[in-house]
Amino acid sequence: MAETLMFNALREATDEEMARDNTVFVLGEDVGHYGGSYKVTKGLYEKYGEFRVLDTPIAENSFSGLAVGAAMTGLRPIIEGMNMGFLLLAFNQIANNAGMLRYTSGGNFKIPMVIRGPGGVGRQLGAEHSQRLEAYFHAVPGLKIVACSTAYNAKGLLKAAIRDENPVLFFEHVLLYNLKDDLPEEEYILPLDKAEVVRKGKDVTVLTYSRMRHHCTQAAKNLEKQGYDPEIIDLISLKPFDMETIRESVKKTHRVIIVEECMKTGGIGAELVALVSEQLFDELDAPVVRLSSQDIPTPYNGKLEALTIVQPQQIVEAIHKVVDSQI
Amino acid sequence: MVAERTVPKFDRSSIKITKEEGLMLYEDMVLGRLFEDKCAEMYYRGRMFGFVHLYNGQEAVSTGVIRALRRDEDFVSSTYRDHVHALSAGVPAREVMAELFGKATGCSKGRGGSMHMFSAEHNLLGGYAFVAEGIPVAMGAAFQSKYRREALKDNNADQVTTCFFGDGASNNGQFFECLNMSALWKLPIIYVVENNKWAIGMAHDRATSQPEIYKKASVFDMEGYEVDGMDVLAVRDVAQKAIARARAGEGPTLIEALTYRFRGHSLADPDELRSEKEKEFWASKDPIKKLAKDLTNMGLVVSEELKAIEEKVQAIVNDAVEFAENSPEPDPDELRRYVFAED
Ligand SMILES: Cc1ncc(C[n+]2csc(CCOP(=O)(O)OP(=O)(O)O)c2C)c(N)n1
Ligand SMILES: [Mg+2]
Repeated sequence: MAETLMFNALREATDEEMARDNTVFVLGEDVGHYGGSYKVTKGLYEKYGEFRVLDTPIAENSFSGLAVGAAMTGLRPIIEGMNMGFLLLAFNQIANNAGMLRYTSGGNFKIPMVIRGPGGVGRQLGAEHSQRLEAYFHAVPGLKIVACSTAYNAKGLLKAAIRDENPVLFFEHVLLYNLKDDLPEEEYILPLDKAEVVRKGKDVTVLTYSRMRHHCTQAAKNLEKQGYDPEIIDLISLKPFDMETIRESVKKTHRVIIVEECMKTGGIGAELVALVSEQLFDELDAPVVRLSSQDIPTPYNGKLEALTIVQPQQIVEAIHKVVDSQI
Repeated sequence: MVAERTVPKFDRSSIKITKEEGLMLYEDMVLGRLFEDKCAEMYYRGRMFGFVHLYNGQEAVSTGVIRALRRDEDFVSSTYRDHVHALSAGVPAREVMAELFGKATGCSKGRGGSMHMFSAEHNLLGGYAFVAEGIPVAMGAAFQSKYRREALKDNNADQVTTCFFGDGASNNGQFFECLNMSALWKLPIIYVVENNKWAIGMAHDRATSQPEIYKKASVFDMEGYEVDGMDVLAVRDVAQKAIARARAGEGPTLIEALTYRFRGHSLADPDELRSEKEKEFWASKDPIKKLAKDLTNMGLVVSEELKAIEEKVQAIVNDAVEFAENSPEPDPDELRRYVFAED
């Protein structure tokens, strides 16, 4: 076991996959000489050279299109979004070409590529650097969407994403790069489509992902003392959802709270509520509750920013309310 | 009508072409023309739907460039005006027609339609319906060749990628971004701008500050050529030079082919803005007639041979329609197939 920070876990995953398969390459802004804005690609340029760790000009749509073309012709690109929000400029290439081209071409081409980088609300970075693109991209067919949340799952999931034959949007979180875990010395790979049961419990199913997982576990520590027993599930896969794991849990708890960092309108939780009510309505003893970010551009001011995203205390209160509403 | 640009001089005495090559070029252009004429007929008879953009008038560009490539090794990328590029790249007329009919036997299995012709077998990277979005993808294929050659030391990786788009697309940022990256990394790619003077109803001179598109290459320190896009031999000549440079690892080329579409933007376009005078001017430069004349003047062919080709091609096109008509529709049970690589 080796104690490893999340950014290093991501680097190890990339390094191991690049060593294993010489068609894997990284491209993006400042991934080479500079080592990546969060140091995920540090040292890889020196090891693999300028083609396999390609420093691109600041041209998101075009370098994303380059990755699509390279993937169609047999390479396995990993795009690093310097900040995932910048990939709004690549929306067309990611949606039309990464997402839909395989279908539109009637299966002529496959597009094995990973688009990864820091997302989420950081600390006072302002609205543009605090995007949650997982919600914006959720409707695009053909994409898999994954969010890692610990150093351990970051490594295993990124390796799986690189080996996947499909385009995978892989969200890291700006505030989680320094989390650490003891990682196994031996290689491991985690499935992209499996949710992680973070805490077993019987009172209520808490569905969450990325940084909010840690808010939920923090809330659970308080709740435990008060005699509550929530089950916390980290979705991991935001598209498709692991409905098996969700079903198992809801059958047991009959209550669902969703805790997410994206905005409420058109968010990940919106789709989850719809699926839960379509598939598990009979299991529910209470309406599904959503705790989401406010539907506003993220403000710069620290206090306003804190009010914009969900805080652990709100999770505690929501769980009280939902669990206490026993019928 | 805006004054027409004078086309660059092409020294015809330098032309080296065999009879077989001449006939091959002629057949390819006639196939493009007759195929598109048949599409118009089928569209109006309700056999194909959606936006259908025909290529009549521009055949010398597709044939001149694509038929100078190594078929099935080099890559071709196109736009929504893609039927004829697909044909030149070797996709059988049957498969292109069946795609237009939305049939399961189409080159994109009926999922793509007129604007989305694809063929992995023939290295046709596609039909892209959004203006300019195919440019970066084509650059990716070229990057892949360079990567194999440089990073993986594969000396056989000398494929060239050709990327076709219009004058309108050349005002889009992706065009400039890709010229920059291709020149910077010396990628084996040839950008072919088919300047047909119009982007739907937007006259080229109203949309760009420097209408001579080939000149934009120099800003990126890359080669740019202007060529008479109605003269297949002239196009082939510059294409061969550009291909040789790309294969030798000397980097990208921008070719601006001055051409014209003989029909409206799409079959839904009333085509009211282009003047009769302009249309007549360009009609008189029909590239197929020009090649016929050239080959005859060079003493390479007699008119019976050309006639025979036209008949042969008409039979191919008719057969394509019959094939498409008789092909099955895609299986509704396979509606969700091809979303992911495993399906
Ligand atoms: C991104 C985008 N914007 C607008 C359109 C609508 N559109 C289709 S073709 C076209 C004109 C393109 O002209 P040009 O690039 O000169 O190609 P041509 O049609 O002349 O071959 C436009 C505006 C589109 N398909 N994609
Ligand atoms: Mg045009």
